[in-house]
Amino acid sequence: MQWEVEGGEEEEEGVEVEMGRSRGEVIREDDFLGGHGPEEAAGLADAFRDEKMQLRDLLDISQVLSEAGSAIIDDSFTRCFKSNAPEPWNWNIYLFPLWVMGVIIRYFILFPLRVILLAGGWIIFLGLFFPLHVALKNHDNARRQVERGLVEFICSVFVCSWTGIIKYHGPRPSPRPKQVFVANHTSMIDFIILEQMTAFAVIMQKHPGWVGFLQTTVLESLGCIWFNRTEAKDRQIVAQKLKKHIEDPDSNPLLIFPEGTCVNNEYTVIFKKGAFELDCMVCPIAIKYNKIFVDAFWNSKKQSFTMHLMRLMTSWAVVCDVWYLEPQTLRPGETPIEFSERVRTLIAKRAGIKKVPWDGYLKYYRPSPKITDKKQQGFAEAVVRGLEASKQTQ
Amino acid sequence: MGNSSSLLTQYDLEHLQNHCNHLYSQREIIALYERFCQLDRAGKGFISADEFMGMPEFAVNPLCQRLLKMLEGLNFKEFIALLSAFSARATNDDKLKFIFKVYDTDGNGKVTSSDMLQVLRDLSGSFLTDEQRKSVLKQALEQAGYTVDSALTLQDFKKVLGKADLTMDVEVPVD
Repeated sequence: MQWEVEGGEEEEEGVEVEMGRSRGEVIREDDFLGGHGPEEAAGLADAFRDEKMQLRDLLDISQVLSEAGSAIIDDSFTRCFKSNAPEPWNWNIYLFPLWVMGVIIRYFILFPLRVILLAGGWIIFLGLFFPLHVALKNHDNARRQVERGLVEFICSVFVCSWTGIIKYHGPRPSPRPKQVFVANHTSMIDFIILEQMTAFAVIMQKHPGWVGFLQTTVLESLGCIWFNRTEAKDRQIVAQKLKKHIEDPDSNPLLIFPEGTCVNNEYTVIFKKGAFELDCMVCPIAIKYNKIFVDAFWNSKKQSFTMHLMRLMTSWAVVCDVWYLEPQTLRPGETPIEFSERVRTLIAKRAGIKKVPWDGYLKYYRPSPKITDKKQQGFAEAVVRGLEASKQTQ
Repeated sequence: MGNSSSLLTQYDLEHLQNHCNHLYSQREIIALYERFCQLDRAGKGFISADEFMGMPEFAVNPLCQRLLKMLEGLNFKEFIALLSAFSARATNDDKLKFIFKVYDTDGNGKVTSSDMLQVLRDLSGSFLTDEQRKSVLKQALEQAGYTVDSALTLQDFKKVLGKADLTMDVEVPVD
Protein backbone atom coordinates (compact mmCIF):
# COMPACT_ATOMS: atom_id res chain seq x y z
CA MET A 1 0.00 0.00 0.00
CA GLN A 2 1.39 3.36 -0.94
CA TRP A 3 1.21 6.27 1.44
CA GLU A 4 2.25 9.58 0.04
CA VAL A 5 4.62 11.87 1.82
CA GLU A 6 3.11 15.28 1.55
CA GLY A 7 5.65 18.04 1.71
CA GLY A 8 5.02 21.40 3.29
CA GLU A 9 5.82 24.66 1.67
CA GLU A 10 5.74 27.25 4.41
CA GLU A 11 8.40 27.87 6.94
CA GLU A 12 7.78 30.61 9.43
CA GLU A 13 10.39 32.37 11.45
CA GLY A 14 11.45 30.76 14.66
CA VAL A 15 10.41 27.24 13.77
CA GLU A 16 13.29 25.01 12.82
CA VAL A 17 12.95 22.39 10.17
CA GLU A 18 15.52 19.72 10.81
CA MET A 19 16.92 17.70 7.97
CA GLY A 20 20.22 16.19 7.07
CA ARG A 21 23.67 17.08 8.25
CA SER A 22 25.55 17.39 4.97
CA ARG A 23 28.25 19.98 5.44
CA GLY A 24 26.81 20.74 8.85
CA GLU A 25 23.91 22.70 7.38
CA VAL A 26 20.21 22.52 8.05
CA ILE A 27 18.82 21.75 4.63
CA ARG A 28 15.47 23.26 3.84
CA GLU A 29 12.80 20.68 3.23
CA ASP A 30 12.11 22.28 -0.15
CA ASP A 31 15.56 21.37 -1.35
CA PHE A 32 15.15 17.83 -0.21
CA LEU A 33 11.75 17.26 -1.72
CA GLY A 34 12.76 18.96 -4.94
CA GLY A 35 10.42 21.83 -4.29
CA HIS A 36 12.64 24.36 -6.04
CA GLY A 37 12.26 22.63 -9.34
CA PRO A 38 13.79 19.57 -10.87
CA GLU A 39 17.15 21.17 -11.66
CA GLU A 40 18.53 21.52 -8.18
CA ALA A 41 17.43 18.04 -7.22
CA ALA A 42 20.37 16.37 -8.95
CA GLY A 43 22.86 19.09 -8.17
CA LEU A 44 24.49 18.56 -11.51
CA ALA A 45 22.39 21.00 -13.46
CA ASP A 46 24.78 23.92 -13.65
CA ALA A 47 27.36 21.87 -15.46
CA PHE A 48 24.91 20.77 -18.09
CA ARG A 49 22.97 23.91 -18.68
CA ASP A 50 24.20 24.94 -22.07
CA GLU A 51 27.14 22.66 -22.55
CA LYS A 52 27.74 19.20 -23.65
CA MET A 53 27.90 16.43 -21.12
CA GLN A 54 31.38 16.01 -19.76
CA LEU A 55 32.48 12.62 -18.43
CA ARG A 56 33.50 14.37 -15.27
CA ASP A 57 29.94 15.56 -14.67
CA LEU A 58 28.37 12.21 -15.44
CA LEU A 59 30.64 10.32 -13.08
CA ASP A 60 30.42 12.81 -10.22
CA ILE A 61 27.84 11.28 -7.90
CA SER A 62 29.22 13.01 -4.83
CA GLN A 63 26.05 15.02 -4.19
CA VAL A 64 23.76 11.98 -4.22
CA LEU A 65 26.23 10.03 -2.11
CA SER A 66 26.50 12.77 0.47
CA GLU A 67 22.72 12.77 0.86
CA ALA A 68 22.83 9.03 1.49
CA GLY A 69 25.76 9.39 3.88
CA SER A 70 23.96 12.09 5.78
CA ALA A 71 20.92 9.82 6.13
CA ILE A 72 23.04 6.93 7.42
CA ILE A 73 24.88 9.03 9.96
CA ASP A 74 21.86 10.87 11.30
CA ASP A 75 18.42 10.86 9.76
CA SER A 76 15.65 13.18 10.83
CA PHE A 77 12.99 10.48 10.88
CA THR A 78 14.62 8.19 13.45
CA ARG A 79 15.26 11.23 15.60
CA CYS A 80 11.50 11.72 16.03
CA PHE A 81 11.11 8.43 17.82
CA LYS A 82 14.23 8.38 19.92
CA SER A 83 13.75 8.62 23.65
CA ASN A 84 16.88 10.06 25.19
CA ALA A 85 17.96 8.16 28.28
CA PRO A 86 18.04 10.57 31.19
CA GLU A 87 21.44 11.54 32.55
CA PRO A 88 22.14 9.56 35.72
CA TRP A 89 22.50 11.99 38.59
CA ASN A 90 22.98 9.47 41.39
CA TRP A 91 26.61 8.76 40.65
CA ASN A 92 28.27 9.78 43.85
CA ILE A 93 28.15 8.77 47.48
CA TYR A 94 25.96 11.64 48.65
CA LEU A 95 23.35 11.38 45.94
CA PHE A 96 23.06 7.64 45.72
CA PRO A 97 21.36 7.03 49.09
CA LEU A 98 19.01 9.91 48.30
CA TRP A 99 18.11 8.24 45.06
CA VAL A 100 17.59 4.88 46.75
CA MET A 101 15.23 6.54 49.23
CA GLY A 102 13.41 8.07 46.32
CA VAL A 103 13.05 4.69 44.64
CA ILE A 104 11.68 3.15 47.83
CA ILE A 105 9.15 5.92 48.27
CA ARG A 106 8.09 5.81 44.63
CA TYR A 107 7.74 2.06 44.28
CA PHE A 108 6.58 1.03 47.73
CA ILE A 109 4.58 3.97 49.00
CA LEU A 110 3.39 6.08 46.08
CA PHE A 111 2.76 3.25 43.65
CA PRO A 112 0.49 1.16 45.89
CA LEU A 113 -1.42 4.30 46.92
CA ARG A 114 -1.90 5.22 43.29
CA VAL A 115 -3.02 1.75 42.35
CA ILE A 116 -5.59 1.83 45.12
CA LEU A 117 -6.77 5.24 43.98
CA LEU A 118 -7.04 4.08 40.40
CA ALA A 119 -8.84 0.88 41.35
CA GLY A 120 -11.25 2.82 43.52
CA GLY A 121 -11.93 5.29 40.74
CA TRP A 122 -12.58 2.50 38.25
CA ILE A 123 -14.95 0.69 40.57
CA ILE A 124 -16.99 3.85 41.03
CA PHE A 125 -16.91 4.60 37.35
CA LEU A 126 -17.87 1.15 36.10
CA GLY A 127 -20.38 0.77 38.89
CA LEU A 128 -22.14 3.91 37.72
CA PHE A 129 -21.52 3.88 34.00
CA PHE A 130 -23.01 0.59 32.89
CA PRO A 131 -26.17 0.66 35.01
CA LEU A 132 -26.88 4.26 34.02
CA HIS A 133 -26.15 3.46 30.39
CA VAL A 134 -28.92 0.91 30.48
CA ALA A 135 -31.29 2.75 32.81
CA LEU A 136 -31.25 6.03 30.91
CA LYS A 137 -31.64 4.37 27.55
CA ASN A 138 -34.57 6.50 26.58
CA HIS A 139 -33.40 9.78 28.00
CA ASP A 140 -30.67 10.53 25.51
CA ASN A 141 -29.82 14.02 26.69
CA ALA A 142 -29.56 13.17 30.34
CA ARG A 143 -27.58 10.06 29.54
CA ARG A 144 -25.13 12.02 27.47
CA GLN A 145 -24.57 14.56 30.22
CA VAL A 146 -24.04 11.87 32.82
CA GLU A 147 -21.64 9.93 30.62
CA ARG A 148 -19.62 13.03 29.83
CA GLY A 149 -19.33 13.81 33.52
CA LEU A 150 -18.31 10.27 34.34
CA VAL A 151 -15.64 10.14 31.64
CA GLU A 152 -14.19 13.44 32.80
CA PHE A 153 -14.19 11.98 36.31
CA ILE A 154 -12.31 8.81 35.41
CA CYS A 155 -9.76 10.78 33.43
CA SER A 156 -9.13 13.01 36.41
CA VAL A 157 -8.61 9.88 38.48
CA PHE A 158 -6.06 8.70 35.91
CA VAL A 159 -4.26 12.01 35.97
CA CYS A 160 -4.13 11.88 39.77
CA SER A 161 -2.77 8.38 39.64
CA TRP A 162 0.39 9.65 38.01
CA THR A 163 0.32 12.96 39.87
CA GLY A 164 -0.22 14.94 36.75
CA ILE A 165 0.74 18.57 37.10
CA ILE A 166 -0.95 20.05 34.10
CA LYS A 167 -1.27 23.69 33.27
CA TYR A 168 -4.00 24.60 30.82
CA HIS A 169 -3.59 27.87 28.95
CA GLY A 170 -6.21 29.53 26.85
CA PRO A 171 -10.00 29.32 26.57
CA ARG A 172 -11.53 25.92 27.31
CA PRO A 173 -13.22 24.21 24.38
CA SER A 174 -16.98 24.54 24.22
CA PRO A 175 -19.27 22.27 22.24
CA ARG A 176 -20.26 23.98 19.01
CA PRO A 177 -21.10 22.52 15.64
CA LYS A 178 -18.66 22.69 12.75
CA GLN A 179 -15.49 22.63 14.76
CA VAL A 180 -12.73 20.09 15.18
CA PHE A 181 -9.76 20.02 17.58
CA VAL A 182 -6.28 18.93 16.59
CA ALA A 183 -3.30 18.26 18.82
CA ASN A 184 0.23 16.87 18.60
CA HIS A 185 0.58 13.31 19.83
CA THR A 186 3.08 11.84 22.26
CA SER A 187 1.24 9.07 24.04
CA MET A 188 -2.27 7.85 24.69
CA ILE A 189 -2.20 9.90 27.87
CA ASP A 190 -2.57 13.01 25.68
CA PHE A 191 -6.14 11.92 25.22
CA ILE A 192 -6.65 11.42 28.96
CA ILE A 193 -5.15 14.78 29.80
CA LEU A 194 -7.37 16.61 27.35
CA GLU A 195 -10.39 14.51 28.21
CA GLN A 196 -10.36 15.42 31.87
CA MET A 197 -11.16 19.00 30.88
CA THR A 198 -13.64 18.30 28.10
CA ALA A 199 -15.34 15.09 27.09
CA PHE A 200 -14.07 14.88 23.53
CA ALA A 201 -14.94 12.28 20.97
CA VAL A 202 -11.73 10.95 19.52
CA ILE A 203 -10.70 9.16 16.40
CA MET A 204 -8.22 6.44 17.24
CA GLN A 205 -6.66 3.21 16.15
CA LYS A 206 -8.43 0.15 17.50
CA HIS A 207 -6.19 -1.47 20.11
CA PRO A 208 -6.16 -5.03 21.41
CA GLY A 209 -6.61 -6.10 25.01
CA TRP A 210 -8.26 -4.19 27.82
CA VAL A 211 -7.81 -0.90 26.00
CA GLY A 212 -9.82 -2.28 23.10
CA PHE A 213 -12.59 -3.38 25.44
CA LEU A 214 -12.82 0.07 26.93
CA GLN A 215 -12.84 1.56 23.47
CA THR A 216 -15.82 -0.47 22.36
CA THR A 217 -17.86 0.11 25.47
CA VAL A 218 -17.15 3.40 27.14
CA LEU A 219 -15.64 5.44 24.37
CA GLU A 220 -18.25 4.36 21.87
CA SER A 221 -20.85 6.20 23.91
CA LEU A 222 -18.90 9.41 23.53
CA GLY A 223 -19.15 9.14 19.80
CA CYS A 224 -15.57 7.99 19.16
CA ILE A 225 -14.64 6.84 15.69
CA TRP A 226 -12.28 3.95 14.93
CA PHE A 227 -9.92 3.54 12.06
CA ASN A 228 -7.77 0.72 10.87
CA ARG A 229 -4.37 1.64 9.46
CA THR A 230 -4.12 -1.50 7.44
CA GLU A 231 -7.39 -1.20 5.55
CA ALA A 232 -7.17 0.42 2.17
CA LYS A 233 -10.70 1.85 1.84
CA ASP A 234 -10.61 2.97 5.45
CA ARG A 235 -9.75 6.57 4.67
CA GLN A 236 -13.02 7.27 2.87
CA ILE A 237 -15.17 5.48 5.43
CA VAL A 238 -13.56 7.44 8.23
CA ALA A 239 -13.87 10.71 6.33
CA GLN A 240 -17.60 10.14 5.99
CA LYS A 241 -18.00 9.34 9.67
CA LEU A 242 -16.08 12.48 10.57
CA LYS A 243 -18.31 14.66 8.42
CA LYS A 244 -21.43 13.20 9.95
CA HIS A 245 -20.14 13.74 13.45
CA ILE A 246 -19.30 17.40 13.19
CA GLU A 247 -22.55 18.22 11.58
CA ASP A 248 -24.55 16.82 14.48
CA PRO A 249 -24.98 19.65 17.00
CA ASP A 250 -25.46 17.28 19.93
CA SER A 251 -22.27 15.34 19.47
CA ASN A 252 -19.24 15.87 21.64
CA PRO A 253 -16.44 18.07 20.27
CA LEU A 254 -14.19 16.00 18.05
CA LEU A 255 -10.49 15.60 18.78
CA ILE A 256 -8.08 14.40 16.12
CA PHE A 257 -4.36 13.66 16.35
CA PRO A 258 -3.36 14.35 12.75
CA GLU A 259 0.16 12.97 13.14
CA GLY A 260 -1.33 9.50 13.19
CA THR A 261 1.33 8.10 15.48
CA CYS A 262 3.12 8.87 18.75
CA VAL A 263 6.16 11.11 18.38
CA ASN A 264 8.73 11.87 21.06
CA ASN A 265 7.53 15.43 21.85
CA GLU A 266 10.72 17.00 20.45
CA TYR A 267 9.51 16.91 16.85
CA THR A 268 6.29 16.89 14.86
CA VAL A 269 5.72 14.81 11.79
CA ILE A 270 3.48 15.80 8.90
CA PHE A 271 -0.19 16.24 9.71
CA LYS A 272 -2.61 14.13 7.72
CA LYS A 273 -4.89 16.38 5.76
CA GLY A 274 -8.08 14.47 6.67
CA ALA A 275 -8.91 16.75 9.57
CA PHE A 276 -8.41 19.84 7.42
CA GLU A 277 -10.72 18.92 4.59
CA LEU A 278 -13.87 18.85 6.69
CA ASP A 279 -14.87 22.38 5.82
CA CYS A 280 -15.06 23.57 9.42
CA MET A 281 -13.10 25.51 12.00
CA VAL A 282 -9.94 23.87 13.27
CA CYS A 283 -8.91 24.60 16.86
CA PRO A 284 -5.26 23.67 17.47
CA ILE A 285 -4.07 22.38 20.84
CA ALA A 286 -0.37 22.23 21.67
CA ILE A 287 0.90 19.78 24.30
CA LYS A 288 4.40 19.84 25.72
CA TYR A 289 5.65 17.52 28.41
CA ASN A 290 8.38 18.47 30.81
CA LYS A 291 10.77 15.55 30.99
CA ILE A 292 12.01 16.51 34.43
CA PHE A 293 10.63 13.44 36.21
CA VAL A 294 9.65 11.10 33.45
CA ASP A 295 9.62 10.97 29.67
CA ALA A 296 5.99 10.66 28.63
CA PHE A 297 6.73 9.44 25.10
CA TRP A 298 5.05 6.11 24.45
CA ASN A 299 7.10 4.07 22.00
CA SER A 300 4.37 1.61 21.05
CA LYS A 301 6.89 -0.69 19.39
CA LYS A 302 8.93 -1.04 22.53
CA GLN A 303 6.33 -1.00 25.34
CA SER A 304 2.76 -2.04 25.86
CA PHE A 305 0.41 0.60 27.21
CA THR A 306 0.23 -1.18 30.56
CA MET A 307 4.01 -1.02 30.98
CA HIS A 308 3.92 2.61 29.95
CA LEU A 309 1.29 3.40 32.58
CA MET A 310 3.29 1.56 35.21
CA ARG A 311 6.35 3.61 34.36
CA LEU A 312 4.32 6.78 34.80
CA MET A 313 2.84 5.57 38.06
CA THR A 314 6.25 4.81 39.56
CA SER A 315 7.68 8.23 38.88
CA TRP A 316 7.22 11.38 40.89
CA ALA A 317 4.97 13.32 38.57
CA VAL A 318 4.02 14.03 34.98
CA VAL A 319 4.43 17.70 34.23
CA CYS A 320 2.77 19.09 31.18
CA ASP A 321 1.58 22.28 29.49
CA VAL A 322 -1.52 22.41 27.33
CA TRP A 323 -2.25 25.42 25.17
CA TYR A 324 -5.64 25.90 23.53
CA LEU A 325 -4.79 28.03 20.50
CA GLU A 326 -6.88 30.36 18.39
CA PRO A 327 -9.28 28.60 16.01
CA GLN A 328 -8.23 28.63 12.37
CA THR A 329 -10.18 28.35 9.16
CA LEU A 330 -9.17 27.55 5.62
CA ARG A 331 -8.00 30.75 3.95
CA PRO A 332 -9.23 31.52 0.43
CA GLY A 333 -6.91 29.92 -2.09
CA GLU A 334 -5.27 27.69 0.51
CA THR A 335 -5.19 23.94 -0.06
CA PRO A 336 -5.95 21.55 2.83
CA ILE A 337 -2.29 20.51 2.83
CA GLU A 338 -1.12 24.10 3.19
CA PHE A 339 -3.71 24.59 5.90
CA SER A 340 -2.46 21.55 7.80
CA GLU A 341 1.12 22.80 7.56
CA ARG A 342 0.10 26.22 8.79
CA VAL A 343 -1.63 24.72 11.83
CA ARG A 344 1.34 22.42 12.43
CA THR A 345 3.64 25.43 12.45
CA LEU A 346 1.40 27.13 15.02
CA ILE A 347 1.41 24.11 17.27
CA ALA A 348 5.15 23.49 16.88
CA LYS A 349 5.95 27.10 17.66
CA ARG A 350 3.77 27.16 20.76
CA ALA A 351 5.08 23.91 22.14
CA GLY A 352 8.67 24.73 21.21
CA ILE A 353 9.21 21.62 19.13
CA LYS A 354 10.74 21.15 15.69
CA LYS A 355 9.04 20.18 12.47
CA VAL A 356 10.15 17.30 10.31
CA PRO A 357 8.94 16.81 6.72
CA TRP A 358 8.11 13.15 7.11
CA ASP A 359 4.83 11.26 7.32
CA GLY A 360 4.49 9.37 10.60
CA TYR A 361 3.23 6.27 8.82
CA LEU A 362 6.72 5.73 7.42
CA LYS A 363 7.21 3.89 10.70
CA TYR A 364 5.14 1.12 9.18
CA TYR A 365 5.53 1.55 5.45
CA ARG A 366 8.26 2.42 2.95
CA PRO A 367 8.21 5.90 1.44
CA SER A 368 6.34 6.38 -1.80
CA PRO A 369 8.54 6.38 -4.89
CA LYS A 370 7.45 9.94 -5.68
CA ILE A 371 10.46 11.52 -3.98
CA THR A 372 12.96 9.25 -5.70
CA ASP A 373 11.13 9.89 -8.95
CA LYS A 374 11.54 13.63 -8.53
CA LYS A 375 15.30 13.32 -8.06
CA GLN A 376 15.60 11.00 -11.01
CA GLN A 377 13.51 13.31 -13.12
CA GLY A 378 15.75 16.25 -12.27
CA PHE A 379 18.84 14.38 -13.33
CA ALA A 380 17.18 13.05 -16.49
CA GLU A 381 16.08 16.51 -17.57
CA ALA A 382 19.57 17.85 -17.12
CA VAL A 383 20.93 15.06 -19.28
CA VAL A 384 18.34 15.69 -21.97
CA ARG A 385 19.23 19.38 -22.03
CA GLY A 386 22.87 18.45 -22.43
CA LEU A 387 21.98 16.15 -25.32
CA GLU A 388 19.99 18.90 -27.02
CA ALA A 389 22.83 21.35 -26.54
CA SER A 390 25.28 18.98 -28.13
CA LYS A 391 22.93 18.36 -31.07
CA GLN A 392 22.83 22.08 -31.70
CA THR A 393 26.57 22.49 -31.76
CA GLN A 394 27.08 19.60 -34.17
CA MET B 1 26.17 10.05 25.62
CA GLY B 2 24.22 6.85 26.11
CA ASN B 3 25.10 3.59 27.75
CA SER B 4 26.55 1.99 24.64
CA SER B 5 29.62 4.23 24.65
CA SER B 6 30.80 2.55 27.83
CA LEU B 7 31.20 -0.68 25.88
CA LEU B 8 34.08 0.81 23.91
CA THR B 9 37.37 0.78 25.75
CA GLN B 10 40.24 3.16 25.04
CA TYR B 11 42.01 0.29 23.34
CA ASP B 12 39.00 -0.33 21.10
CA LEU B 13 38.85 3.34 20.19
CA GLU B 14 42.49 3.50 19.22
CA HIS B 15 42.19 0.34 17.18
CA LEU B 16 39.11 1.68 15.37
CA GLN B 17 40.75 5.01 14.76
CA ASN B 18 43.71 3.30 13.18
CA HIS B 19 41.45 1.22 11.01
CA CYS B 20 39.77 4.26 9.51
CA ASN B 21 43.09 6.04 9.09
CA HIS B 22 42.39 8.61 11.76
CA LEU B 23 39.70 10.20 9.63
CA TYR B 24 37.37 10.28 12.62
CA SER B 25 38.09 11.64 16.07
CA GLN B 26 37.44 9.46 19.10
CA ARG B 27 34.33 11.44 19.99
CA GLU B 28 33.01 10.94 16.48
CA ILE B 29 33.65 7.21 16.68
CA ILE B 30 31.71 7.02 19.95
CA ALA B 31 28.82 8.95 18.36
CA LEU B 32 28.92 6.66 15.32
CA TYR B 33 28.89 3.62 17.57
CA GLU B 34 25.75 4.88 19.27
CA ARG B 35 24.22 5.42 15.86
CA PHE B 36 25.24 1.92 14.76
CA CYS B 37 23.63 0.41 17.86
CA GLN B 38 20.54 2.49 17.28
CA LEU B 39 20.18 1.23 13.70
CA ASP B 40 21.06 -2.37 14.62
CA ARG B 41 17.82 -2.81 16.52
CA ALA B 42 18.16 -6.53 17.02
CA GLY B 43 21.69 -6.16 18.40
CA LYS B 44 23.20 -8.57 15.90
CA GLY B 45 26.48 -6.71 15.40
CA PHE B 46 25.63 -5.65 11.87
CA ILE B 47 22.87 -3.65 10.21
CA SER B 48 20.53 -5.56 7.90
CA ALA B 49 19.07 -4.24 4.66
CA ASP B 50 15.64 -3.90 6.27
CA GLU B 51 17.03 -1.72 9.03
CA PHE B 52 18.71 0.56 6.49
CA MET B 53 15.57 0.82 4.41
CA GLY B 54 13.61 1.69 7.56
CA MET B 55 15.16 5.15 7.27
CA PRO B 56 13.00 6.98 4.74
CA GLU B 57 15.75 9.52 4.09
CA PHE B 58 17.99 6.67 2.93
CA ALA B 59 15.29 4.71 1.12
CA VAL B 60 14.44 7.60 -1.21
CA ASN B 61 18.02 7.99 -2.39
CA PRO B 62 18.44 6.78 -6.02
CA LEU B 63 21.67 4.96 -5.16
CA CYS B 64 20.36 3.27 -2.02
CA GLN B 65 20.42 -0.25 -3.46
CA ARG B 66 24.07 0.06 -4.49
CA LEU B 67 25.04 1.44 -1.12
CA LEU B 68 23.01 -1.25 0.59
CA LYS B 69 25.11 -3.94 -1.07
CA MET B 70 28.24 -2.23 0.19
CA LEU B 71 26.98 -1.61 3.71
CA GLU B 72 24.74 -4.42 4.83
CA GLY B 73 26.22 -7.06 7.08
CA LEU B 74 29.27 -4.99 7.93
CA ASN B 75 30.49 -4.96 11.51
CA PHE B 76 31.16 -1.63 13.15
CA LYS B 77 34.86 -1.55 12.23
CA GLU B 78 34.18 -2.00 8.53
CA PHE B 79 31.19 0.31 8.74
CA ILE B 80 33.19 3.31 9.88
CA ALA B 81 36.07 2.43 7.57
CA LEU B 82 33.63 2.73 4.65
CA LEU B 83 31.91 5.84 5.97
CA SER B 84 35.22 7.59 6.63
CA ALA B 85 35.10 8.86 3.05
CA PHE B 86 32.40 11.26 4.28
CA SER B 87 34.57 12.75 6.99
CA ALA B 88 35.64 16.37 6.60
CA ARG B 89 39.21 15.16 7.09
CA ALA B 90 39.02 12.81 4.12
CA THR B 91 41.10 13.83 1.12
CA ASN B 92 39.81 14.05 -2.42
CA ASP B 93 41.63 10.79 -3.04
CA ASP B 94 39.65 9.03 -0.29
CA LYS B 95 36.41 10.31 -1.73
CA LEU B 96 37.43 9.23 -5.22
CA LYS B 97 38.19 5.75 -3.96
CA PHE B 98 34.72 5.57 -2.46
CA ILE B 99 33.04 6.77 -5.64
CA PHE B 100 35.04 4.24 -7.61
CA LYS B 101 33.88 1.51 -5.23
CA VAL B 102 30.26 2.48 -5.81
CA TYR B 103 30.73 2.03 -9.57
CA ASP B 104 32.91 -1.07 -9.40
CA THR B 105 30.32 -3.52 -8.08
CA ASP B 106 32.33 -6.65 -8.75
CA GLY B 107 35.42 -5.15 -7.15
CA ASN B 108 37.79 -6.09 -9.94
CA GLY B 109 39.34 -2.65 -10.18
CA LYS B 110 37.76 -1.87 -13.55
CA VAL B 111 34.67 0.14 -14.35
CA THR B 112 33.19 -0.71 -17.72
CA SER B 113 30.62 1.30 -19.61
CA SER B 114 27.95 -1.19 -18.56
CA ASP B 115 28.79 -0.39 -14.91
CA MET B 116 28.48 3.30 -15.72
CA LEU B 117 25.21 2.71 -17.55
CA GLN B 118 23.81 0.93 -14.51
CA VAL B 119 24.60 3.86 -12.26
CA LEU B 120 23.05 6.21 -14.81
CA ARG B 121 19.98 4.00 -14.75
CA ASP B 122 19.75 4.30 -10.96
CA LEU B 123 20.12 8.05 -11.20
CA SER B 124 17.60 8.68 -13.96
CA GLY B 125 15.09 5.85 -13.49
CA SER B 126 12.31 5.71 -16.04
CA PHE B 127 12.82 9.29 -17.14
CA LEU B 128 15.47 8.44 -19.71
CA THR B 129 15.48 5.69 -22.29
CA ASP B 130 18.37 3.27 -22.54
CA GLU B 131 19.19 4.82 -25.90
CA GLN B 132 19.52 8.28 -24.42
CA ARG B 133 21.75 6.95 -21.65
CA LYS B 134 23.98 5.05 -24.07
CA SER B 135 24.19 8.07 -26.32
CA VAL B 136 25.15 10.52 -23.61
CA LEU B 137 27.72 8.12 -22.15
CA LYS B 138 29.27 7.46 -25.55
CA GLN B 139 29.56 11.18 -26.20
CA ALA B 140 31.12 11.89 -22.81
CA LEU B 141 33.56 8.99 -23.05
CA GLU B 142 34.73 9.93 -26.52
CA GLN B 143 35.15 13.55 -25.53
CA ALA B 144 37.38 12.47 -22.65
CA GLY B 145 39.47 10.30 -24.91
CA TYR B 146 37.97 6.90 -24.11
CA THR B 147 35.71 4.60 -26.04
CA VAL B 148 32.59 2.67 -25.15
CA ASP B 149 34.73 -0.44 -24.71
CA SER B 150 37.24 1.13 -22.32
CA ALA B 151 37.44 -0.14 -18.79
CA LEU B 152 38.31 2.71 -16.45
CA THR B 153 40.65 2.13 -13.52
CA LEU B 154 41.04 4.17 -10.37
CA GLN B 155 43.79 6.12 -12.11
CA ASP B 156 41.41 7.05 -14.90
CA PHE B 157 38.85 8.17 -12.36
CA LYS B 158 41.48 10.32 -10.70
CA LYS B 159 42.33 11.87 -14.03
CA VAL B 160 38.71 12.60 -14.92
CA LEU B 161 37.40 13.68 -11.52
CA GLY B 162 40.64 14.95 -10.03
CA LYS B 163 39.77 18.58 -10.36
CA ALA B 164 36.06 18.24 -9.53
CA ASP B 165 34.76 19.75 -6.33
CA LEU B 166 33.76 16.60 -4.47
CA THR B 167 31.87 18.02 -1.52
CA MET B 168 30.92 14.86 0.29
CA ASP B 169 31.36 15.99 3.88
CA VAL B 170 28.85 14.79 6.42
CA GLU B 171 29.19 16.06 9.96
CA VAL B 172 28.90 13.51 12.77
CA PRO B 173 26.74 14.94 15.55
CA VAL B 174 28.80 14.72 18.74
CA ASP B 175 27.24 15.64 22.07
